[in-house]
Amino acid sequence: MGKVIVVTSGKGGVGKTTSSAALGAALAQNGDKVVVVDFDVGLRNLDLVMGAERRVVYDIVNVIQGEAKLTQALIRDKRVETLYLLPASQTRDKDNLTPEGVEKVIAALKSAFDWVICDSPAGIERGATLAMRHADVAIVVTNPEVSSVRDSDRIIGLLDSKTLKAENGERIEKHLLLTRYDAARAERGDMLKVDDVLEILSIPLLGIIPESMDVLRASNVGAPVTLADGRSAPALAYFEATRRLKGESLPVTLPGEKRGLLGKIFGRKAA
Amino acid sequence: MNLFRLFSRGQSGPAARERLQVLLAHERAVTGDSDLVGKLRDEILKAISKHMQVNDENVSIKMERGAQVTTLAVDIEIPFDAGRKAA
Repeated sequence: MGKVIVVTSGKGGVGKTTSSAALGAALAQNGDKVVVVDFDVGLRNLDLVMGAERRVVYDIVNVIQGEAKLTQALIRDKRVETLYLLPASQTRDKDNLTPEGVEKVIAALKSAFDWVICDSPAGIERGATLAMRHADVAIVVTNPEVSSVRDSDRIIGLLDSKTLKAENGERIEKHLLLTRYDAARAERGDMLKVDDVLEILSIPLLGIIPESMDVLRASNVGAPVTLADGRSAPALAYFEATRRLKGESLPVTLPGEKRGLLGKIFGRKAA
Repeated sequence: MNLFRLFSRGQSGPAARERLQVLLAHERAVTGDSDLVGKLRDEILKAISKHMQVNDENVSIKMERGAQVTTLAVDIEIPFDAGRKAA
């Protein structure tokens, strides 16, 4: 029986899709069988970030409505053979995503995969609540910025009340993934620090993903960050995060790019 | 000139942290009842209009969130002839 993970945040643009793709790919690169599910009906983008946009035939809504079998809708990654994608519908209304339908799809995926990663849409509406509904583990993606932290706090409240686990009186495992972190700016006091965000949200830290050009570069070419350049700073951070996700207790390191003396003196101007 | 700005600027990170702490302490306390101020305003007005006529525009209700407590200030202008009109 696989584990269901929801990647959520409340706020848009913080890196949910990037993180879903990167974590999914990283887990699959280790040999686990992974499916990443796009819940953003109407505004799908996971297919694009994973470079499968031209291979979408059927989507999750087709499966729920009985127009396609689950196996027909799943897209296998061309680079990692244990990585699959279940795309969202681009044209249908998100009301087509029914609670019963989602429950069936998740149950089927759970029995076939080691990890089911649900990429939540932004907001707190139907798509977002359905994406978190069946999760065993939640990854709350947050930027070190006031509006993102506030929305994450709201999402944590929903995770503790609206998920199946919460309704059954169980605790849902929650992790913080701090993305777009700029160590130099935080050091100067111009950005919320890791400890500030941790203290405010009080959930354990899964990883810190540094602000990096490599993330944009990866999405430009349609590859998860961990596949585009496995040795880049954000990729290494995602690889470490997956190890923690699997239960390893690994100290979280601050992603400061290693700079020489000149870089230390002149590097700060750029920020 | 740029260098001057760089050094004269205060740190904004700690301000973000403090604002968030105050805001979230309150938001967590009132989850599910986000329009508390609106409700209070309506009920206070109703109570007052039983006894005197006041103009809606002359009522101001302000909430100030502090680190420890929230203050709710109700400011009502009562004209001299308010009591007579209501009667």
